Amino acid sequence: MHFRTLRQLAEQAEAAGLSIGRYMLQEQAGESGKTPAEEFQQMATYYGIMKDAVRRGLTEDTTSRSGLTGQDAKRILAYRGGAATPSVEVPPIAGAAPGADASPGAKATLGAGSPPHAEAPLGAEVPPGGHTLLGDEASLAMSYALAVSEVNASMGRIIATPTAGSCGIIPGVFVSCQERFGWSDEDMTHGLFAAGAIGYVIANNSFVSGAEGGCQAEVGSAIGMAAGALADMRGAKPTQAIHAVGLALKNSLGLVCDPVGGLVEVPCIVRNGFGAVTALAAADMALAGVRSVIPSDEVVQVMLEVGTAMPDTLRETARGGLAQTPTGQQIMKDLRKKK
Amino acid sequence: MNGPAGTGPSGGVAVRFKDVFSIIGPPMIGPSSSHTAGAARIGRAARQLFGPLPKRADVIFYGSFAATYEGHGTYAAIVGGLLDMATDDVRLPDSLAIAEQSGMQADAITGKGLFPHPNTAELHLYADAGDEKPAFTLVGTSIGGGNIEIVDIDGFKVKMTGNYPTLVIQNADAPGMIAIVARLLQQHGINIGTMSVDRKSRSGEAMMVLETDEDFPPTLRGELAAYDEIHSVRFVHIT
Repeated sequence: MHFRTLRQLAEQAEAAGLSIGRYMLQEQAGESGKTPAEEFQQMATYYGIMKDAVRRGLTEDTTSRSGLTGQDAKRILAYRGGAATPSVEVPPIAGAAPGADASPGAKATLGAGSPPHAEAPLGAEVPPGGHTLLGDEASLAMSYALAVSEVNASMGRIIATPTAGSCGIIPGVFVSCQERFGWSDEDMTHGLFAAGAIGYVIANNSFVSGAEGGCQAEVGSAIGMAAGALADMRGAKPTQAIHAVGLALKNSLGLVCDPVGGLVEVPCIVRNGFGAVTALAAADMALAGVRSVIPSDEVVQVMLEVGTAMPDTLRETARGGLAQTPTGQQIMKDLRKKK
Repeated sequence: MNGPAGTGPSGGVAVRFKDVFSIIGPPMIGPSSSHTAGAARIGRAARQLFGPLPKRADVIFYGSFAATYEGHGTYAAIVGGLLDMATDDVRLPDSLAIAEQSGMQADAITGKGLFPHPNTAELHLYADAGDEKPAFTLVGTSIGGGNIEIVDIDGFKVKMTGNYPTLVIQNADAPGMIAIVARLLQQHGINIGTMSVDRKSRSGEAMMVLETDEDFPPTLRGELAAYDEIHSVRFVHIT
């Protein structure tokens, strides 16, 4: 790779007259010695796996091995008033409230000809749709992100982006934005190269594992990658898109890795849902011209500094934080008994 | 600690993550890339270096691995790797049962003492379950996103990521050994990406680990083994 910093990445892409994603595809082929077509195909396959994980998280049982988590993506979707999308056909579930699709908020997203609207998958009390505070788009991204993380926690197949603990954020915003903006799979694959380019810089200048740098290194990195890639896909100049990375990372600095019972469930899954929403927000800020006053590369260095200063107890050891609350300890005890 | 590079934006230190697919990927069975996918890759590297299915495996965990290996399924992942499963093999969650059926006894052990990284696993593989001493040992670290660094093979200090076709040679510590290997690879048009060498003592046993850009031709093993000073030739392919 010819770049080591986000600034170099953006400047080189701009000099080449390419988006970050297209520039990274070139760089990747140069690094691997394979053709750009081969590299593109591999990434396209990965995107297919991501879409499949979204679908499975919304249609299959995602109860985790511990039983602590599962079905939250479906809860969001039901509360939202249903989503009908080309890639995710949520089958009607017996016992669901009929007529959910008639509610004002049950608006189909893009490309829906005669969409099969989702109904309350859990037979829950579903208020009339359209009540989300977030709005349709962000709540959809959130539910998709939860879906993929729930598939991960139930030992399903996912793509680590950059890690499994943070695997929901990029698919969450990518798949929902694809439906909304009518982007092709080819567009999305380029977007993944953009996300990968940003992650490459973060990983090599800081870290991407909770054991090394806390949750900021996993969920934080994924949000930065997603935000920068979204801005790139929406046509921001590379130097502008890179601001989204710094803006996003600043919001997750200091986030500790404190999984209850050592499981990638609590709080990891909901943090992926929040992460998707934050990524949309950071991309919007950058697209609006908001700048990260502290340059994104310097924020990456701060993440390194903060993560290095984190005590072991808050770096994926389950010896501190939420894992050691009275409830966290009780859950751990119960899990041991269950074995 | 084998931690992050910690370079400034101008960065002169080697990159730990080489390409886009070490960030986007690997495809894997959850729940944790460092504790599941990386662990599976450590186990698989050990299996490919050892050769046959070991009759017994001691899996020794350190750091974060030791604290959370049950929850993350790290142990099942390493055992799956020892069964030569890839990170996205759907049988991974059932690896412990499969190991038992296949005749491999495995034990998870919490390690004590110093370790090179928060996510460290040490593997002792035995040719026979009753053996006192392991026939093979390996220390691997899982550095995030499914990426690994193998730092010790049979007591030799090495550097191996598993991201490339890898050649592991054990040889007599003698002048010209590296030249012999390099020349053979050159003849096959194989480019060496990284290389690490270590020895037990002067003129004793030595090991070299080479990560290359191209796959190895089937004839290479015999060509290398023809040299008396070369005692073993092993290939690892877990990209």
